[in-house]
Amino acid sequence: MTGTMEQEGKRSRSGFGRWIRSRQGQQLLIIVAFMIIPLTLLIVFTYFPFGEMVKFSFYKMKYATPIDKRKFVGWQNYIDVFRRDDCFGALKLSLYYMVGALIQLVLALYMATILSFKVKGGNFFKGLMFFPFLINGIAIGFIFKFFYTRGFVFDTILAWCGFNPENLPYWLKDQAVNNWSLVATSVWRYFGQNMVLFIGAIMSVDAELYEAAELDGANKWQIFKAIILPSIKTIVTLNIILSITGSLSAFEQPYVITNGANGTGTYFVIMNQIAHTSQKVGLACAMAVVLLVIIFACTLLQKLFFKYVFRDAESEDESYKAKKARLKAEKAAAKAQKQKGVQA
Amino acid sequence: MSTMDQTKIKKPHKKYTPGGIAWIVIEYASLLFFGFWAIVPVFSCVVTAFKNADEYKSTSVMALPQNWLNFSNFAKAFTTANMGRAFLNSFIVMICVLVVSVIVGTQLAYVLTRFKFPGNQIIRNMYLLASLLPSVAMQVTVYKIMSSFHFVNHLYGYIIMSCGTDVISIYIFIQFMENISTSLDESAIIDGANYWQIYWKILLPLLKPAVVTACILKGVGVYNEYYCANLYLQDKNLHTIATSLYTFVGPMGSQYNLICAGVIISFLPALIVFLLCQKQIYSGMTQGAVKG
Repeated sequence: MTGTMEQEGKRSRSGFGRWIRSRQGQQLLIIVAFMIIPLTLLIVFTYFPFGEMVKFSFYKMKYATPIDKRKFVGWQNYIDVFRRDDCFGALKLSLYYMVGALIQLVLALYMATILSFKVKGGNFFKGLMFFPFLINGIAIGFIFKFFYTRGFVFDTILAWCGFNPENLPYWLKDQAVNNWSLVATSVWRYFGQNMVLFIGAIMSVDAELYEAAELDGANKWQIFKAIILPSIKTIVTLNIILSITGSLSAFEQPYVITNGANGTGTYFVIMNQIAHTSQKVGLACAMAVVLLVIIFACTLLQKLFFKYVFRDAESEDESYKAKKARLKAEKAAAKAQKQKGVQA
Repeated sequence: MSTMDQTKIKKPHKKYTPGGIAWIVIEYASLLFFGFWAIVPVFSCVVTAFKNADEYKSTSVMALPQNWLNFSNFAKAFTTANMGRAFLNSFIVMICVLVVSVIVGTQLAYVLTRFKFPGNQIIRNMYLLASLLPSVAMQVTVYKIMSSFHFVNHLYGYIIMSCGTDVISIYIFIQFMENISTSLDESAIIDGANYWQIYWKILLPLLKPAVVTACILKGVGVYNEYYCANLYLQDKNLHTIATSLYTFVGPMGSQYNLICAGVIISFLPALIVFLLCQKQIYSGMTQGAVKG
């Protein structure tokens, strides 16, 4: 790309040609050349659709409706979102997923604490628990339809444990349990990934701290409370907040396992049906916009939370911070030395 | 990240207190318990995939198959769902998306981290904001755009769209690029290199670990993506691996021995890649998460 530009520069011996070959001109050239594709993609597939979404939310229309036949309905779609039982009511299901997400976090933290220290077969268990994250959504749907079918896997295992198979509910049909079944699937799928994150965070804590604590006779719980939790609290809090927005937009499990039947339709499952099955594009857009506003609000709160809560909390464990800073400085110095060696 | 892997925390096994022993028992009990639940759904699937139709109907779902070498279900699932074609499609999509994402992403990261210009921070914030928009919600209107471009039911349309919705790898590149000292660029400029040469000959080779990480994360995402693939690639010949499983919905809805075989075929490549590069995947997950 730069080659043709240079040729152009040679041909025109004007001021522009000289400027384009100067440092500044080159800089501008490379900035434009390197950003044009990603920015075009970003605008075409993210911001333009976003604008369209806001616009469509004020119209009554289908995908195929020509522009002049669209009917402007003002705020009607938004009013419908809050009025219709199937729309806003579906957000209540998010509570199930929030509870599930919290259980998942606690479980992930617990397993991460175990697996960060030496245990037999630790890597094997880590892989076992992480692997579900790599299975595609539709396969998960089939696996769990099979798992929960009456008299199949889950019932068989419960029968081994002494439950009477006759008394067990239909896991995906019975409205008392089916949302919990789906939430369990979500936990099954994502908890390993959460755990790997936490293991990464725990491992990045200076190992000497653990050794010192053990020499001092601290037990596992004390170590967890005094060293592990404070040093990974940022990532834990971040995950708690992410799990809230994640629960609001829960989609995959109900979509692939029950397709929203029997009262399992979360907000996005309903939105998907309204958009692509009943083709009420305006209403679906209004639904999307409402949820996006909620998600933005949550993210904003998160930013504020981090800004004010963690600034105060960080001063408490000054000594730990100071130690970390010292180690970091040492490492940087070592690295610099190494680099010098390479260059020389 | 590499230093992190080496410092596996050592636990001195010196003396066993009653509390310590109790903890060890609890530790292994929970590992076995959660390990069991992690593996059971997949295990039952594997067991069922090796059973023939009669065996599947007559035995308990958790009973082991009589013949562990009965691959007929796999063969049948592979042909009914046209998975050969689906593998090819998935492969094409993945290669194209990865190549474009890496080139475009590293270039963007280079420009954003190395040059100060008005709008730099705005562009970064635009990407941050884009990462908040849930993809499912966006498809309501992206679908409209895709059809007006005549991108629906074309592999290239799906590929272009997948390249456009790439935020995490850009974050990884920016983060990594910021850790590469600018003195490297400066000395190259003194030696007479132009910006393209700095990017192509100096920074891109140094970015290799970040490229591997981004490729793994993005690759897993693209390989498993099914919602957009289902929306935009409805033609039977355009199914990707994930959507080819949809063939089993409907007429074959209850032949789980066949379905399970299909499911296993679909995640086998992911399993192999996972076994081969566990370390990169783990560290990739960790890096991808601390983007904020």
